[in-house]
Amino acid sequence: MEPRPDRIVYLDNAATTRVRPEVLEAMLPYFTEHYGNPSSLYGIGRDAKKAVETARERIAKAIGSEPIEVFFTGSGTEADNWALKGVAQAYEKKGRHLVTSAIEHHAVLHSCEALQKRGWVVTYLPVDADGLVDPAEVEKALRPDTVLCSIMFANNEIGTIQPIEEIGRICRARGVLFHTDAVQAAGAVAIDMKTLPVDLCSFSAHKIGGPKGVGALYVRRGVRLPSLLDGGAQERKRRAGTENVPGIVGFGRAFELAAAEQAESAARLAAIRDAAIARVLGGIPHVRLNGHPTKRLPGNANFSFRFIEGESLLLLLDMHGFACSSGSACTSGSLDPSHVLLAIGLPHEIAHGSLRVSFGKENSLDDVEPLFQALVQVVARLREMSPLYDEYLKTEGKK
Amino acid sequence: MYSEKVMDHFMHPRNMGEIENADAVGTVGNAKCGDIMRIFLKIENGIVVDAKFKTFGCGSAIATSSMATEMIIGRTIDEVLQLSNKAVAEALDGLPPQKMHCSLLAEQAVKAALKEYYEKNGLINDENRHIFAETEDHDHDGE
Repeated sequence: MEPRPDRIVYLDNAATTRVRPEVLEAMLPYFTEHYGNPSSLYGIGRDAKKAVETARERIAKAIGSEPIEVFFTGSGTEADNWALKGVAQAYEKKGRHLVTSAIEHHAVLHSCEALQKRGWVVTYLPVDADGLVDPAEVEKALRPDTVLCSIMFANNEIGTIQPIEEIGRICRARGVLFHTDAVQAAGAVAIDMKTLPVDLCSFSAHKIGGPKGVGALYVRRGVRLPSLLDGGAQERKRRAGTENVPGIVGFGRAFELAAAEQAESAARLAAIRDAAIARVLGGIPHVRLNGHPTKRLPGNANFSFRFIEGESLLLLLDMHGFACSSGSACTSGSLDPSHVLLAIGLPHEIAHGSLRVSFGKENSLDDVEPLFQALVQVVARLREMSPLYDEYLKTEGKK
Repeated sequence: MYSEKVMDHFMHPRNMGEIENADAVGTVGNAKCGDIMRIFLKIENGIVVDAKFKTFGCGSAIATSSMATEMIIGRTIDEVLQLSNKAVAEALDGLPPQKMHCSLLAEQAVKAALKEYYEKNGLINDENRHIFAETEDHDHDGE
């Protein structure tokens, strides 16, 4: 076995995050002491019920909504599925047309495809080279039979933050419901449902220092949404099944902390991100930054290194003690590189050489230089092996 | 997901580089699919005396290139012509199913190089023609 590096620098916070100590502490009693079923009437049941409702209130407060507008789910993916398929079912009489973007998370894209199989028509809006959806394109795409528009708040791969407020206003003016997947945006940007023209919004706990297996869907009061699971009366009869009490408690605490720290955290992460971007673009040739230069998630940097492939890059970085991710085909489990990188216009071979670095709570500016030094070595090594680099040196390089 | 052998050959690739004035060079794959393999052969008296590779691709593409060159050095060209992707994958203690095409690429790169050599030296005959016919295209469906 290859020796593992002593210390791992975790740079994949967009994939998941470590559960924060404060969150774990809040959760633990709900595994052992307060193990009651929230639907039970005796004391420990009531304690659990109260904990679930406190968590709901905390999340509502964090996003400026009312508690009854927050529904717990098992994941961000479940929230996306519920929003799209649920709204489609409830408003079918109005029409069977949806609008979304080409760079959505698969939870949204594959839900759209499932609806297409049931006869729905979906407009997939393109994005520009920075990954931005043009609100004017949204306006043009809306039709009298459009039921829902779903545009993600911020992209998970390239970090681009969409003009959500503007898109939401357009939808509202046209009487079209608007959903946004805020799984990556939560804790990174300020989200206030009192001012945002958003009707449904998906969240996930494990991206913000909470546990895996819990998500939430914000549903603005007045929006009709059929029940996702039938059974007991949990989640106001919309999602039956005994609540994941410790998970929900953890989510509530994590969201409360993330919202309180949002501005400070965003500024701190953006400084690390910008230092990393400047160092990599300035110190390694044939690299490009993917995503918008400024309208991007504070912790996200996404690069494409020409002449090399992303999976080998990840494996070698792992050996140097850095955990990152890539949009190459070999890491996506398909033959095509990431749909997001293709949608911003990258040729396949450039998309294969992508690297996503996502900084989080445990990273600091001190991580930038070691990452850069490791990248210099790893990129040079893979380029030395690459026939594409040879060809470049023999042709363009000589010019 | 990778065997220790795959990781070993990925981390410490054998025979990586170029052979100046190689007797045969074979290149397969394309950048669009995310993998290109180029194999260089030095052939003396019908024996592969040296082999080197350059590869753009994932961990298993690099590991299969490395293993394939190890497996063919010192072999006669007729033996090398029998190299199968399965043998390369087995020598690496297996590859994940979605990575089997990398081993196929290694087999095809070797055969593409040999094809050049056989053609140059007028060695193509009815017995081996079919072997070269398979190297025309690289696809991802190979097992």
